[in-house]
Amino acid sequence: MPIENNVILELKDVDVYYGAIQALKGISLSIKQGEIVTMIGANGAGKSTTLNTISGLNRPKKGNLFFKGQTIDRTPPHRIVELGISQVPEGRRIFANLSVLENLELGAYIRRDRHKVKQDLEKIFTLFPRLKERVKQNAGTLSGGEQQMLSIGRALMSNPQVLLLDEPSLGLAPMLVKSIFKALEEINREGTTILLVEQNAYMALNLAHRGYVMETGKIVLEDQAKNLLNNQKVKEAYLGG
Amino acid sequence: MNQLKKILLIILFLGLFLVLDLLISPRMNPYYLQILIYCGINIILAVSLNLINGFTGQFSIGHAGFMAIGGYTSAAFTFYLGPKILETLFLPLWFSKPLVFVAGLLLGGTLAAFAGLLVGIPSLRLRGDYLAIVTLGFGEIIRVFILNIDAIGGARGFSDVPKYTSLFWVLGFTVLTIVVVRNLVYSTHGRAFLSVREDEVAAEAMGINTTWYKVTAFVIGAFFAGIAGGLLGHYLQYLHTNSFTFIKSFEVVMMVVLGGMGSITGSILAAVILTLLPEVLRPVKDYRMVFYSILLVILMITRPQGIFGVREFNWDWLKKIFSRKKAQAEGA
Repeated sequence: MPIENNVILELKDVDVYYGAIQALKGISLSIKQGEIVTMIGANGAGKSTTLNTISGLNRPKKGNLFFKGQTIDRTPPHRIVELGISQVPEGRRIFANLSVLENLELGAYIRRDRHKVKQDLEKIFTLFPRLKERVKQNAGTLSGGEQQMLSIGRALMSNPQVLLLDEPSLGLAPMLVKSIFKALEEINREGTTILLVEQNAYMALNLAHRGYVMETGKIVLEDQAKNLLNNQKVKEAYLGG
Repeated sequence: MNQLKKILLIILFLGLFLVLDLLISPRMNPYYLQILIYCGINIILAVSLNLINGFTGQFSIGHAGFMAIGGYTSAAFTFYLGPKILETLFLPLWFSKPLVFVAGLLLGGTLAAFAGLLVGIPSLRLRGDYLAIVTLGFGEIIRVFILNIDAIGGARGFSDVPKYTSLFWVLGFTVLTIVVVRNLVYSTHGRAFLSVREDEVAAEAMGINTTWYKVTAFVIGAFFAGIAGGLLGHYLQYLHTNSFTFIKSFEVVMMVVLGGMGSITGSILAAVILTLLPEVLRPVKDYRMVFYSILLVILMITRPQGIFGVREFNWDWLKKIFSRKKAQAEGA
């Protein structure tokens, strides 16, 4: 599978099942290097399942996944992180009983370039200064927004080429969502490709270059983010008219 | 240089233990000595189980099973093969006997570790209560299996095990267990164990091979449980499967929970407390176990996270006190 026009991540006709229930029905999507792509859709549409399939936590029953032209359908999750795909899981899932620093260091678990890790740690602290203030604190004692920052920072510590985010705005105040999204823009500007799953369709489409709309395990719409914002159907279903 | 320092430190400690053993053992009241040795063995058990239950979060109640494997294997080795080896080796007895003993212990530990590998595999698919039941069942299978092997005593028990265990060996292996588990858990790799306990999905998303860490925890934990079994067998000179029922497993679980899941110092302290408590309570005679249970209940109500929780009694506390003093001094 040759790399065509900078496609870094590609899903082809992917089916995923939870037991007898089919969660993804022939999902195909492709993401180019340096893009921000968002997936929007209602609860249960299969957005998170798609992300978990990319990161290897779910296995496709049918179809293929390619990262830089290499198949990753059967690659175990820890190997996928090594390849350069890192996930910010839904609900943050930070290690509550470990300190902020320990959380971040665990993010760099796969890396051996100690010197670069230190630089990246500093980068994350400039991106999220709050984390630096709380570096010794137990992660469980952080506020929701700080935990989300930590979760993103932790994922960045593996120095990923593709960052997968699962609803980073979940349960956060609008102001915090704004600052998180601003940070994402920054991260993208530094060259990281982003795949963002969101309920907050308006914010997500404003940030992203392209978007996919999912419904009951299928992709029903794919377009430039700007066009999706103006799409009548999308407006009615996800942007409140 | 660093390596040299380490080796010197090891020699220093071994020397210290030897001196302690030679000085204390003959003079000490044998009853106290026995309690001391039990303390050591229980510390090994509690710390090794803490690696599985506390640090990696895999609730296992089959530690007595691993202990039995180690105990019986090492006893069989020193009982059947030991004399032959001692005959063929042209070495002074004071040197060859410990050699046979250590070989037996390591063999027992290795076999127990192999059993740990077998139990570790279901832990990949099962969590919490379900895993606990599997480990409980596994422990009982081992016990009943041993009960039916006549060569190692069967239902009569394995008697005439050579008396090799002394205070020196118990001290040595206790410290070894603590050092190994500590170094493992508080290294970069050790954080991976903690991350499995904290959140398995997130751990995998960080690129941590959770499978490997879960199985490793079981293998290392079981190894030291096997060593503890060997030490016990060569101390009592007698092994019976009744000492390795699930009640023994629960006792160790209690030590881990009481000390704090994920605290090595907690496990050490709790192991000592739970070993001493039944002895201290002897004056109340028939009500001994009642008091013992009541004390446990009170302890768990007042400190549900265990004596130490996930913390260690360690340099952090001292550092905090120290830095506070320093800050005060600088402020003044």
